[in-house]
Amino acid sequence: MSLLAVTVLGHDRPGIVADTTAALAELGGNLEDSTMTLLRGHFAMLLLVRTGAGAPAVRDALAGLSADGRLTVDVRDVPDLELHAARAAGRPYVLSVHGADRPGIVGALTGVVAGARGNVTDLTTRLSGDLYVLVAEVTLPADVDVELVQSALRSTADELGVDVSLRPLETDEL
Amino acid sequence: MSEASAGWRLPALPPGAVRDVVRAPGRVLAEPGTDVDPADPEVVQLAADLLATQAVSPGCVGLAAQQVGVAWRVFSVDVSGHPKTRTCHGAFVLCNAVVLEGSRWERGREGCLSVPDLTGDVKRARRLVVRGLLPVTGEVVTVTTDAFEAVALQHEIDHTDGALFLDRVAGAHALHPRQNYR
Repeated sequence: MSLLAVTVLGHDRPGIVADTTAALAELGGNLEDSTMTLLRGHFAMLLLVRTGAGAPAVRDALAGLSADGRLTVDVRDVPDLELHAARAAGRPYVLSVHGADRPGIVGALTGVVAGARGNVTDLTTRLSGDLYVLVAEVTLPADVDVELVQSALRSTADELGVDVSLRPLETDEL
Repeated sequence: MSEASAGWRLPALPPGAVRDVVRAPGRVLAEPGTDVDPADPEVVQLAADLLATQAVSPGCVGLAAQQVGVAWRVFSVDVSGHPKTRTCHGAFVLCNAVVLEGSRWERGREGCLSVPDLTGDVKRARRLVVRGLLPVTGEVVTVTTDAFEAVALQHEIDHTDGALFLDRVAGAHALHPRQNYR
């Protein structure tokens, strides 16, 4: 049973999720992880599906989705090894940035995170009028001085004229 | 919804004027407010204007001085009639308010008049004790409340500290485009 990454991108319409997952179910595929979002009418979905069918058969099964040229579908093998490597060790934080829109905000602030050997594990940005908002979840190595990272983020944010906060990601243990 | 017997009443204010509401990324929204003299006529007028502006803004249950362009520690709140309200102190204004105690933390989805197109999931205390000064008299009052009024107070006190709900969203999937049903 191999693990495949299936990416579906393009113009939104009702039924994309249903069509994709029904085709995968017919091949006996099991959806292990998935994420989907809609950005101003542009659909984006990434699935990790485990199936014995193999990538070529999955590509064939999903060919109908891209038939009208409004969606692109990509299917590729994912070695399980990569999944383990991607699970970053360290402590999770939430990075919030907001301010007047200008090019370079995401690059500059995620650059500070990368400079601290931090890994971005989830990220959303929104442009709302003149307001640009970035919210990211980042993992910082346990031995990093978080106050130094916060201070570096603040000085970069000051140069960009935006506000920034970095705080521990809270997990409720219930 | 229950009307709280707070033992205090908002002193009479002059007629309020409706002021323009600042939208993010207006820089004043990021400015921590300075403490004010609640008897200062400018502060009293601001208190009246906040209530007047709040009253004409649909769905608005609170408004901070930063949202009308003034970096002072003053805000209005009025959660009367909101379906999530339990304890309610009516329409009031507090100066130099601070949170004394918070408990029963829960996550809820918040919006803001100054960030009209986005909402976010924010963790706030549902039991809250706040201390502040009433405009005009400067009487020190302690507001003990819960549910929606507690959330509104925390949101407004954040504004007076120069923070938006965007600084408190719970994670990358906790920021949402506002759903507009027209």
